[in-house]
Amino acid sequence: MAKTEIKKVLTRGLLQQNPLLALLLGTCPALAVTTSAVNGLGMGLASTFVLFSANLVISLLRKLIPDKVRIPAFITIIASFVTILKFLLQAFLPDLDKALGIFIPLITVNCIILGRAEAFASKNKPLAAMIDGIGMGLGFTAALFSIGLLRELLGNGSAFGYKLTFLEAIGLKPMTLFVLPPGGFIIFGILIAFSQLLMKKLYTDEPYTAEKAPRIQLDKVESAYAGQDRQTAERKERIRGPEAVTGAEGQKRQAEASEEAK
Amino acid sequence: MKTLLMILFSVILVDNLVLSKFLGICSFLGLTKNLKNSMGMSAAVTFVMLVATAVTYPIYHLLLAPLNLTYLDNLVFILVIASTVQVIEAIMHKLLPALYNALGIYLPLITTNCAILGVMFLNIDQELSFVQALVNGLGAGLGFMLAMFLFAGVRQRLEDAEPPEFLKGLPIALISAGIVSMSFMGFKGLVENLFG
Repeated sequence: MAKTEIKKVLTRGLLQQNPLLALLLGTCPALAVTTSAVNGLGMGLASTFVLFSANLVISLLRKLIPDKVRIPAFITIIASFVTILKFLLQAFLPDLDKALGIFIPLITVNCIILGRAEAFASKNKPLAAMIDGIGMGLGFTAALFSIGLLRELLGNGSAFGYKLTFLEAIGLKPMTLFVLPPGGFIIFGILIAFSQLLMKKLYTDEPYTAEKAPRIQLDKVESAYAGQDRQTAERKERIRGPEAVTGAEGQKRQAEASEEAK
Repeated sequence: MKTLLMILFSVILVDNLVLSKFLGICSFLGLTKNLKNSMGMSAAVTFVMLVATAVTYPIYHLLLAPLNLTYLDNLVFILVIASTVQVIEAIMHKLLPALYNALGIYLPLITTNCAILGVMFLNIDQELSFVQALVNGLGAGLGFMLAMFLFAGVRQRLEDAEPPEFLKGLPIALISAGIVSMSFMGFKGLVENLFG
């Protein structure tokens, strides 16, 4: 692989296609375990390990797995690596294991790993799959670490477990809300907002949003996601009239209307 | 009886699956733009949770635990859930076509839903009996339905709101979800005080 391509694959997972902030995959552990920076970092690195290993093995076996049983095959490979990870954590990092709790086995159904396996690893050579795994994993870890750090700073007045007393001295008392579930939602939303702002400033081409993310190819499910915008627009039009439909659907309707007028 | 009611209330209100335990967020954020989708998805999730609990509980307690193979629970559960969903889909397609048309498209999505796998693990962690585990699963599904119903309503209102440009779309939806979650925190202490 060319050097520039390697760099592109590695860095796109950081911001442009950040699995958590842009593609909105893997949100379950993101909100639950990021009550402190260390937990967020640990979860991110654990997921990166599974993502990397699963990508590698699936890419090596891609020509052998029949298409009809590919999802169960992927799930088996991923589940095996998660079991290995749980043993490693129980042995070497028991505190992290206790802090992450049931979310370590839940890495098995982390949409990032299954999604990348389906979209990339099963169609590319092992080297590319490994690098993609590292890139996406690092992006996920960076996002988890930021959420964890923010929640710990704002909610506990500490960072990495060390209490920052100078914050209280200048009058910034911690708000416990941020280490509780509501705070997780709020910080996550604000972080997505800022990452979208950053993406708009850094990348002038069309933004890569969650709707375009390569999901698991389940054709019937695509219609469930896609039909929602159309149904919303129709309901708005019915209640308020055609002018009320704004956004992407509105532009589509205006385009159709102008086509008919011609 | 009292314990069953306690479990039911605590998993629906106090420890709501989505708003407190953060299981099932992917579908929570992805399918709540439309009320019909949310209701369909949560009905399917409740159904699969009941069936999956009924199947995995005996497997764990009669097969894995006595043979000291509990480390295989991860692999076994996910494979059981995946195959259960396939079987349910096939049965519904043949025998209950009306129900299949309503719920069928959500079934493949449920395989990777953390909620189902999470509830299986919670049943083990909390060391519940078989009936308690079933009630836990039912309550989890109902709590999921309640959360999605409320959030779908909130998102409908959000369409008319005009937040700043950088908050439009998902960020403001998430912040609203945080406020809904805050309201559920008010239920703390409900179970102990109601049921003694």
